[in-house]
Amino acid sequence: MSLLELRNIYKIYGELHALDDVSLKVEKGEWVSIMGPSGSGKSTMMNIIGCMDKPSKGEVLLDGVDISKESSRNLTTIRRDKIGLIFQQFHLVNYLTAVENVMLAQYYHSIPDEKEALEALDRVGLADRAKHLPSQLSGGEQQRVCVARALINYPEIILADEPTGNLDEANEEIVVDLFHKLHNEGTTLIVVTHDPEVAEVAQRTLVLRSGRLAKEIVNKNFTGKIHFDEGDAFRKEEIHE
Amino acid sequence: MFGRMIRGTLLRQWKKMLMIAFTIALGASLASAMLSVMLDVEDKVNQELKTYGANITVVPKSASVLNDIYEVEGGETTGAYLREDELGKIKTIFWAFNIVDYAPFVNVKGTLEDGTDVSVVGSWFNHHMELPTGEELDAGIASLRSWWEIESGEWLDEQSNENAQIAMIGTSLAQKLGVSVGDTLHIKGSASDGDFHITGIFDAGGDEDDQIFVPLNTAQALANLDGCIDSIEVSALTTPENELAIKVAQDPSSVTVSQYELWYCTAYASSICYQIQEVITDSVASPVRQVADSEGAILEKTKLLMILITILSLIGAALGICNLVTASVMERSSEIGLMKAIGAQNGAISGLVLTEIFITAIFGGVIGFFAGFGFAQIIGQTVFNSAITLKPMVIPIVSILVVLVTLAGSIPAIRMLLRLRPAEVLHGGR
Ligand SMILES: Nc1ncnc2c1ncn2[C@@H]1O[C@H](COP(=O)(O)OP(=O)(O)OP(=O)(O)O)[C@@H](O)[C@H]1O
Ligand SMILES: [Mg+2]
Repeated sequence: MSLLELRNIYKIYGELHALDDVSLKVEKGEWVSIMGPSGSGKSTMMNIIGCMDKPSKGEVLLDGVDISKESSRNLTTIRRDKIGLIFQQFHLVNYLTAVENVMLAQYYHSIPDEKEALEALDRVGLADRAKHLPSQLSGGEQQRVCVARALINYPEIILADEPTGNLDEANEEIVVDLFHKLHNEGTTLIVVTHDPEVAEVAQRTLVLRSGRLAKEIVNKNFTGKIHFDEGDAFRKEEIHE
Repeated sequence: MFGRMIRGTLLRQWKKMLMIAFTIALGASLASAMLSVMLDVEDKVNQELKTYGANITVVPKSASVLNDIYEVEGGETTGAYLREDELGKIKTIFWAFNIVDYAPFVNVKGTLEDGTDVSVVGSWFNHHMELPTGEELDAGIASLRSWWEIESGEWLDEQSNENAQIAMIGTSLAQKLGVSVGDTLHIKGSASDGDFHITGIFDAGGDEDDQIFVPLNTAQALANLDGCIDSIEVSALTTPENELAIKVAQDPSSVTVSQYELWYCTAYASSICYQIQEVITDSVASPVRQVADSEGAILEKTKLLMILITILSLIGAALGICNLVTASVMERSSEIGLMKAIGAQNGAISGLVLTEIFITAIFGGVIGFFAGFGFAQIIGQTVFNSAITLKPMVIPIVSILVVLVTLAGSIPAIRMLLRLRPAEVLHGGR
């Protein structure tokens, strides 16, 4: 059984078919990229997979459970337990420090645990920035806090909607690197991106066009290898600052 | 974490929160001022109205009958009198506590040296009484006729001038006779005569301006009427009359025993009259209708006005809060969307927002309460000329009102918050 399966999904806004009969399967541990022109329905699809929206028609099976008809309360619970979200605009709470932002996800999930939150920040290389407010962090650092927040509750899938859209190249590499790490640890990743370089490191790239799945590219060269070793990546980041 | 978040929002949105606190303070201050005054006003209004004179008169039965037959107001002495030694009993009736003041009157005829006939009234001025209950009371026309303007001299003080031959004289009569304070008038009564030292000239704005007022016992001595009085005027705090009171007053036998008891144990003017008749032999006590009625009406209208002001101010506060809280939630919509996205249920977020608002509301409410109490003092001093005592009842009532207003004001914002969908606020890059 696939971890995620979309069966003939439609999302219709009046006349507009934002998603038009989309079907796909994502296996556990897979890393999938989603590309497509603006307005092609990428975010719409991510919202449906992320339990933040419901399809107009069709079934969404997550872990074998059809989530397309769940109440919004249950969707919140499913999202909390199974999904980690990363956004283009980071969306950190600006009066909470980095570690508190990570703990917020723990708070709504179960109980905040500062030690664990600090470990998560350490994994994204931000142990020394834990007590900084978002305004005191660079864009790249903020996005890494978001990654730490997304992975803190051990989600089954991490959904990232243009995670590198607001980042420069150096920070983009750091984030992609983190994805490699998560992938190696067995996390399922679905990443929406405009950037072919970000897309092509995934195992599979799906291309959406006008709400339909237009193309599927399988990365035959996919090795799962990390481009740079960890030390390199973070050294780069430091130079960049 | 929860506390950290609350602190974060309160600090970050302190301007908005201050405005919310201020709005609540405003509403709470008006509500607590009005409530303090309202709960205290019954006494205050009554005290105020008391100064416009007595609301019950007591006359001998025979005089009452004659008055009714011939319809003569304040008719001449008819030969039947009330007994002075029973006066104290008025303060022993069931509603004794509501009797705030009273004074006996005796009218005698006097003749001056030049042959002018004058009307001499004996009464209490500031008669000191020690009641069986241990209570002490200064009763008399000094307070019962508080509207008298003293043109010259001062109020007759019967406490420090016991048995002295002193008098107060009405302004018209004083002009007619050409006398002033310090002069002495020789008054000849039917039984005896005496020299009366004038201590004050008053302007009553009525018939009394042609009369001479002297202490009760000296007037009685002039006509050899020791222990006799013509009438008693009583000022009592009364409950506005209702249907029951009117029914009982017309025909006591028309009501059930329990209705009768209810009437007896309510401070209606008619039940107080009834009780006075019970203690004063051969007397008829009757409410001075107009005063008793207007007292009730004014009180009701004042209360209504205050309730109206309170309600309007609270509605205003709720609307103000509604705007501010909605704005605050809107400003935070992406933050709230994020919380939902990372798993916060609606209840958790509503709880957070409500806690913030309630902390602010408590802050504003406490300030408003004290401001309102101060405001009540100002109203008390300017309108009723006395301090407003803090009724403990005001605190829970105002607290409940603040909670209700805050809740009502938060409803639209909470509804908005519940409807807010994370997908719509988070993907601004769409
Ligand atoms: N709530 C909505 N109401 C009406 N139309 C909507 C709504 N949300 C999205 N759409 C429409 O659906 C289509 C797909 O939108 P979507 O956000 O999924 O595009 P996208 O692929 O994420 O684009 P981008 O790359 O610019 O982020 C667009 O035409 C958009 O205008
Ligand atoms: Mg999008």
